Amino acid sequence: MVGSDARELSYSQAIQDALAIAMERDERVFLMGEDIGVYGGAFQVTGDLQQRFGEERVMDTPISELAGAGVAVGAALLGRRPVYEFQFSDFATLAMEQIVNQAAKIRFMLGGKASVPLVMRFPCGSGTGAAAQHSQSLEAWFAHVPGLKVVQPSTPHDAKGLLLAAIEDPDPVMFFEHKLLYKMKGPVPEGYYTEPLHEARVRRYGSDVTVVATAIMVHRALEAAEKLAEEGISVEVIDLRSLRPMDDRTLVDSVSKTTRLVCVYEGTKQLGIGAEVSAMIAESAAFDRLDAPIIRLGGADCPLPYNPELERAAVPQVPDIIAAVRASVRGRR
Amino acid sequence: MNATRREGLPLVYGRLDKTALRKALRQMILIRQFEEGAEQAYMRGLVHGTMHLSIGQEATAVGVGTALQQGDYITSTHRGHGHCIAKGAEPKYMFAEFFGKDTGYCRGRGGSMHIADVASGNLGANGIVGGGIPIAVGAALALKQQRSAQVVVCFFGDGANNEGAFHESLNMAAIWKLPVVFVCENNQYGMSMSAERSTAVKRVSMRAVSYGMPGVTVDGNVFDEVADAAFLAVERARCGGGPSLLECLTYRHRGHSKSDRNRYRTKDEIDAWIARDPIQLFQQDLMAHGLIEQAEVDALGKSVELEIEDALKFAQTSPAPGLDSLTDFVYARRPQEVHGGQ
Repeated sequence: MVGSDARELSYSQAIQDALAIAMERDERVFLMGEDIGVYGGAFQVTGDLQQRFGEERVMDTPISELAGAGVAVGAALLGRRPVYEFQFSDFATLAMEQIVNQAAKIRFMLGGKASVPLVMRFPCGSGTGAAAQHSQSLEAWFAHVPGLKVVQPSTPHDAKGLLLAAIEDPDPVMFFEHKLLYKMKGPVPEGYYTEPLHEARVRRYGSDVTVVATAIMVHRALEAAEKLAEEGISVEVIDLRSLRPMDDRTLVDSVSKTTRLVCVYEGTKQLGIGAEVSAMIAESAAFDRLDAPIIRLGGADCPLPYNPELERAAVPQVPDIIAAVRASVRGRR
Repeated sequence: MNATRREGLPLVYGRLDKTALRKALRQMILIRQFEEGAEQAYMRGLVHGTMHLSIGQEATAVGVGTALQQGDYITSTHRGHGHCIAKGAEPKYMFAEFFGKDTGYCRGRGGSMHIADVASGNLGANGIVGGGIPIAVGAALALKQQRSAQVVVCFFGDGANNEGAFHESLNMAAIWKLPVVFVCENNQYGMSMSAERSTAVKRVSMRAVSYGMPGVTVDGNVFDEVADAAFLAVERARCGGGPSLLECLTYRHRGHSKSDRNRYRTKDEIDAWIARDPIQLFQQDLMAHGLIEQAEVDALGKSVELEIEDALKFAQTSPAPGLDSLTDFVYARRPQEVHGGQ
């Protein structure tokens, strides 16, 4: 997966690299968002791209998320390739009309006679002390909408490859970036490459329990797996990467092998990603192979709190994953 | 209504030759007969769901449409049949869409409320009030990026002028000086709430001041007033002058939709507007200027009738989409085709 020319980049640098390559390769690609120009973006993802590509291709927008999203839809309809950055994924609430009613449905409503090839980037997740309106993980909302694609890269390598694929994709892609990952470094090949938008990845092979995780939870699951290995528990960690479409086959194959499933995600547990993964497994051939009840670890049933200890307690942490895997191996919760 | 009739020959009668003016009249008659045909089809149970008729508003659709060229775009509204025809769509594919047929503009997936014909420049009606406004601005941004001389006209109603999308979009179009003309068809009511009750300013066009663009109000039932104002706004946009807001005062003769019992307006009010029927006004004006004769008007009406008859026949005899095509067009490719599915 990673060539010899790979060097270490942070997750945010990898995204910036992808944006620059996409703009160099295709003159139709342009970026829109709040404070993405001179300021470089709230999380410095766009950095100096405006200096490199000019104000027309790296456009600061007013604080108008609804129209901003709609402008991206309209430009995409005419064949441009907009990449719209929401400053925080929470602000998608201001733009849901354009995302859900327009972007997601235009191809279908028009009988396949129009496309909306856009990407919306959403910095998401808790852990930064930003409290209830700047910390949410709303990706499951979007995964409930036919017509959207939803991806959540967990590594710098995937952030770049998935973003390049998203920009080329003929359909609207919602791209969720966990804010705690921005500074994480990892190997990222030079130049152009893409990662498929519809495939999960096995991050660690194991035989006792399958842990399906997304975004930051992939790293927590890997850390938990390392500790559990010392106890002789072999954990297979799957990075879901794409919520829609979901790579059912990789999950079913893994659970059929390990016979146990734990889902770990940061969004609210109820009616979340884990509910879909669990139900899909329960409906699949893997159901008969299950040796233990499925366990979901998700966000607590409350808004994200400000207090750092409460904030940590509101989303799954490594010890929670370890405990859940042990419970799964014991066959009970 | 306080728009006053101007003196002298309308500019548009100088801009357009006789043939083009007659074509405009024919289009207005076509829209009227199309919608009457759709209404009858609805009564006969041939049309599923609901529809929003623009009978009485034909002068705005055609007046604005006349100012547009091939290659220009429009975004439309839930009351968008007139816009669609004025931009060049063919009634037979529209009827087919209303009847849910595979030959319809949207292959039976959209119906009246999502009628679109991207090929002729109609980016789509919209089921969401104000939904098309940001999209029009985005299309205008694309045109500017492409260094194109084409423009976008964004139709919306008086109801949409109180949506946040309207305000955000006008501001964005203005700061970026985009080639878009915002056309408010003020038909006096957003469903049952009058513009007078819903809107804090007397004229929607007054909102333009907030966004640093010209705003004018015209008599939307008078073809030449609409066309003159539309030509000015479209030319301004085409030459890089940026956006404008054009408000056309008009009226829908029919109710909001099929459930409307007309409890919020009086018969006198409706009759007063019907007496100012835009098609009658245009016909009379063309005759007064010696640009058409009664016999020619009659011939236009007849040719439209035949076209509608054929269009209805086409729609009725067209095939319905197959049930196996249900999830087509959700994505460019079906997810199963991409990853095999389960």
